[in-house]
Amino acid sequence: MTDTPRTDCELAIVGGGPAGLAAAALAAELGVETILFDEQPTPGGQIYRNIEANSRKLDALSDILGADYAKGLALVERFRSSGAAYEPLSSIWQVTAAGKLGVSQKGRAYLTRAGRIILATGAVERPFPVPGWTLPGVMGAGAAQTLMKASGVVPDRPTVIAGSGPLTYLVAFQLMKARAPLTGVIDTSRKGLLETGLTALPVLPGFAGDLLKGLSWMAALRRARIPVFSGRNVAAEGGSRVEAVTFEGRGKRRRLPASLLLLHEGVVPNNQITASLRCRHVWDAAQMAWRPWTDEWGVTSAELVAVAGDGAGISGARAAVHGGRLAALDAACRIGRISRAERDERARPERQHLQRDARFRAFLDNTYRPNEAVRRLANETIACRCEEVTAGDLRALVAEGFTDINQLKSFSRCGMGQCQGRMCGATVARILALSLETDMESVGYYRLRLPVKPLPVAQLAELGNAERDLRPSPLGADGDPSQRV
Amino acid sequence: MFRRLRADDLTTTIYFDGRPLRCRPGDSIAAALLAAGVERFRTTPVSGTDRMPHCMIGNCFDCLVEIDGRADQQACLVPVREGSQVRSQLGTGKFDAV
Ligand SMILES: Cc1cc2nc3c(=O)[nH]c(=O)nc-3n(C[C@H](O)[C@H](O)[C@H](O)COP(=O)(O)OP(=O)(O)OC[C@H]3O[C@@H](n4cnc5c(N)ncnc54)[C@H](O)[C@@H]3O)c2cc1C
Ligand code: FES
Repeated sequence: MTDTPRTDCELAIVGGGPAGLAAAALAAELGVETILFDEQPTPGGQIYRNIEANSRKLDALSDILGADYAKGLALVERFRSSGAAYEPLSSIWQVTAAGKLGVSQKGRAYLTRAGRIILATGAVERPFPVPGWTLPGVMGAGAAQTLMKASGVVPDRPTVIAGSGPLTYLVAFQLMKARAPLTGVIDTSRKGLLETGLTALPVLPGFAGDLLKGLSWMAALRRARIPVFSGRNVAAEGGSRVEAVTFEGRGKRRRLPASLLLLHEGVVPNNQITASLRCRHVWDAAQMAWRPWTDEWGVTSAELVAVAGDGAGISGARAAVHGGRLAALDAACRIGRISRAERDERARPERQHLQRDARFRAFLDNTYRPNEAVRRLANETIACRCEEVTAGDLRALVAEGFTDINQLKSFSRCGMGQCQGRMCGATVARILALSLETDMESVGYYRLRLPVKPLPVAQLAELGNAERDLRPSPLGADGDPSQRV
Repeated sequence: MFRRLRADDLTTTIYFDGRPLRCRPGDSIAAALLAAGVERFRTTPVSGTDRMPHCMIGNCFDCLVEIDGRADQQACLVPVREGSQVRSQLGTGKFDAV
C-alpha cells in the first residue's frame, strides 16, 4: 500500500478473487503496469478468503475448509510475485467510461486514471427474502462461511440451513465438521442432486468427481444424523431474535427451534459498477440474473472496461481464472505489449477450459435454479431491508398504477437506502413482473447513480470540485430494456 | 450465537459501547463483535428494530456501526485496530453520504 496514491496506471483491476488475481498476475508478467484494488484486507476473494494466513497454520480450520480451498494459495503466490501493485482495503465507488476510478481507502478518497479497467467484482449471495429475514440471527450461508474462513468463528447455537445450490451443502458439511450444532438442512430445490446428478453422469463424464463430491457432502450429513428436509416457504419466527424456523414439508407446516437461520439461493453477479456505468446488460434466464453484455474477451459496451469472473455471469472459481486471463491477454494486446497473434495463441487453452466448464455450469444452473413455483413472497415479507418496505406495500403500489421500476423506487423508497438496491432490486422487479404478468427483461432494473458505495461528504469534499465527475457517461439508448440497467 | 475455533491468538483489544473485547488481529469488526456475543449492531431508522450482519461481504449494510467517531461504517469491511472505539448505531446514523 502506498502513502501517496498513484494517480494513473495502464491497467486497473477491481477485485482480488480468482479472476482478478489471475488477470493481474498475467498482465504484470506481460509487462503491463497493473494495480489491483480490493475491498478486503488480504487477497483471495470470496472463495479463497484469508487463504494466506489460513495456509500458514495447519489446524482444525484447514481440515474444515478442505483441499479445494487450499488450492487458492498458488493463485495468490503467483500474483504476489508478478510485480502487480496491490491496494487492499480499497473500495471502488466510481468507474467512468473514460477510465477514471474513484478509490476510498482508510477514510480518504482519491481518483486514479487507468488506460484500461478489468472489473472482477465477483458474486454476491442472491437475496432470499422470507418472512422474518431481517431478525438478528438470519444470515446468508456464505456469510457464515466467510466468518469461518476469515476469523475461525462458527455457530454455537442451534442452526438451520435453508435453500438450494452447491454452497448450501458445502457450508452444511463444513459447519458439521466444525461441530456447529446444525439441527437441520431444508433443501428448497426442485429436484435433489441425487436424482439430477445420476441422470447427468453419462453426459458429463469429466465431472464425476464434482458430482461425487456434492453427493459425499450429503452422505456425510446423513451419517452425522443431521436431518435433511425437502421444503418450501421457509420463514424465521421470533420476537426480537430468531427463535424458530418454519417451512412446509410433505404437505404440512413444520417448525424447528433455532437461533440461527442460514439462507442461500445461489449467487448472482455483483454488477453495481457496470450498472452504474449504464453498460448494456442481458437477462440470463437460466441463472435468473442480469449480467453485463461482453465480447469474447470480456469487454463491455464501455470500451475501456472489461469484466471477468462471476461478475460477468456466474461460472465458478475455476472458470474465473481462465476468464481473468483472457481479459488480461486482451488488455496487454490493446496496450501494445503483445501482438494479436500472440494474444489469440495464448487464449486458446483458456477457452478450451472455459468450454469444458460451461457444460457443468449449465447442469448446475438447471439443477439449482430458484424454484419459482415455491418462492411465494408472502405479503408480510420485507422486500427492502433498508426502508422496511414489504411485498404487500409494493403490490398495493403496483395496483395503484406504479408500473415502472424507477417510478416504483421513488414512491416506495425501495432502493433508496444505504444498500442502493443491492438487497431489494431483484425482488422489486420480480413483484412487478409477476403483477404485470410480464418478464424480468421488460421490467428492467433500477437506474443506479454514482457513487456505487456511499461516500461520506467529507471524503468527497477533499477531492475538490475540479476533479469530481460523478455522472456516468450515458451509453446506449434508454428505451431498450436490456440497456435500461 | 458464535464461538471461536481457537482462542489463543486474541491479542488485540477493541471497545464496543465502552466494553473491552479481545479479538484476533485480522478480524473484521463484525467478526470480533459476533464472536463476543453482540447481536444488536444497530437499530433501523424506520422501525427501530435490531439488526445484525446479514451478508458479511459489504452488500447488505446491516452491520453499520460508529467506529472511532465516524458513523455508517460497514463493520464487516473494517479490520480491528488496537483501541478502536465502536458504538452501536441507533436509528439514522447521521447518514451524510452522497
Ligand atoms: C460469501 C460467498 C462465499 C462463497 N464461497 C464459495 C466456496 O466456498 N466455494 C466455491 O466454489 N464458491 C464459493 N463462492 C462463489 C465464488 O464467489 C466464486 O465462484 C468465485 O469466488 C468467483 O471469483 P471472482 O474472482 O469472480 O470473484 P470473488 O472471489 O467474489 O472476488 C471479488 C472481489 O472483489 C471485491 N470487490 C467487489 N466490489 C468491489 C468494489 N466496489 N471495490 C473494491 N473491491 C470490490 C470483493 O471484496 C472480492 O474480494 C462464494 C460466494 C460468496 C458470495
Ligand atoms: S454484513 Fe452486510 S454489509 Fe456488512
